[in-house]
Amino acid sequence: MHELSIVMSIIDIATKQIENSEATEIEEIELEIGALSGIEEKSFEFAWNQGVKNTPLQNAVRKINHIEGVAGCMDCMIDFSIKNLFDACPICGGHFLNIKKGKELKVKSLLVNINNKD
Amino acid sequence: MCATCGCDANGTVTMHVPGQDNNQEHTHSHGEGHSHTHAKTIVDVEQDILQQNNLLAERNKGYFDAKNILALNLVSSPGSGKTTLLEKTLTDLKGELEFCVIEGDQQTTNDADRIHATGTKVTQINTGKGCHLDAHMVLHALQGMKPKNNSVLFIENVGNLVCPAMFDLGEKERVVIISVTEGDDKPLKYPDMFYTSTLCIINKTDLLPYVPFNIEKVKENALKINRNLTIIEVSCTTGEGLPAWYNWLKSKVLAPELA
Ligand SMILES: Nc1nc2c(ncn2[C@@H]2O[C@H](COP(=O)(O)OP(=O)(O)O)[C@@H](O)[C@H]2O)c(=O)[nH]1
Ligand SMILES: [Mg+2]
Ligand SMILES: [Zn+2]
Repeated sequence: MHELSIVMSIIDIATKQIENSEATEIEEIELEIGALSGIEEKSFEFAWNQGVKNTPLQNAVRKINHIEGVAGCMDCMIDFSIKNLFDACPICGGHFLNIKKGKELKVKSLLVNINNKD
Repeated sequence: MCATCGCDANGTVTMHVPGQDNNQEHTHSHGEGHSHTHAKTIVDVEQDILQQNNLLAERNKGYFDAKNILALNLVSSPGSGKTTLLEKTLTDLKGELEFCVIEGDQQTTNDADRIHATGTKVTQINTGKGCHLDAHMVLHALQGMKPKNNSVLFIENVGNLVCPAMFDLGEKERVVIISVTEGDDKPLKYPDMFYTSTLCIINKTDLLPYVPFNIEKVKENALKINRNLTIIEVSCTTGEGLPAWYNWLKSKVLAPELA
């Protein structure tokens, strides 16, 4: 279940982001996950619920931007969407592909609650 | 706290750079009479989730390059024959190449004991619940083992074809091993591993007469995922095909540069 390591890395990134700010709580986290990134959604969900307990992300709403896979055929010079790494070019049936999109795995942004106390 | 990478089991990271003010705290001067307000702010992060691992992998890579070490990451399902292949290789090429081994396993030191029996320097990493090695674990293993210049470092990953795919260890080559008892749809089931590997070893060919395994089909499927994949068929039991693997290995060992 590498999804747990991924969740831990996300928590780490988010925690570091707010460490030196006055943010009290992360309300929302926006992630970018590509269809070819190797993340299994159910495992991710499970790992998330386990991982975020007692962290600043514990009550955060997860907003996931799913990015579909796009490959380019090196022979036909066209781009097309793919679901699997073994998909073929729809024109020539070949597998000389260049993955252009779908490998994303990113923390895009956080929505934080700032408590201005002076 | 780890002084090299700044890691800490609790995640509180502190770094010390000599000659610099290490106080990271920045003070805000707020005007008098500030009222208590709550505001929502969007913080742009735009950070790759694997960035931390990738940075440490780059460090390992730099270490390997500087010492002219050929590092290989061996991945497979449990039981495909990673340790057996290593035992064979370490024995057959003893005296020709300098080797050391990092063994990844969740609980046991069985594999490390098997490697140790060949007279090779070996370090065991037990990942506990973790299902893969990461660059950080390898970095620490290297600190302890101090591999020699111009050596070949084998890293046997935890037996698992899914999780290790995402974690670069800084290796030069990733070697995926499947055995003929596993079914010929393996590449299609675990495409990420075949996509990220440079060599595929098909092991246990001595069992081909007894199992329904279409070796041409497997090769075809593996190449659909990765056109640049080299495929070598071996049997660790009979030794058939091992010379091709040894030649591949030797072709990857760079001769030390003359000063
Ligand atoms: N028949 C046969 N068995 C093998 C071969 N290579 C390894 N094995 C057996 O497969 C089992 C698992 O091997 P091991 O090296 O421990 O696999 P690992 O989990 O990938 O490290 C052991 O019982 C080996 O003896 C082979 O080429 N042919
Ligand atoms: Mg083993
Ligand atoms: Zn094409």
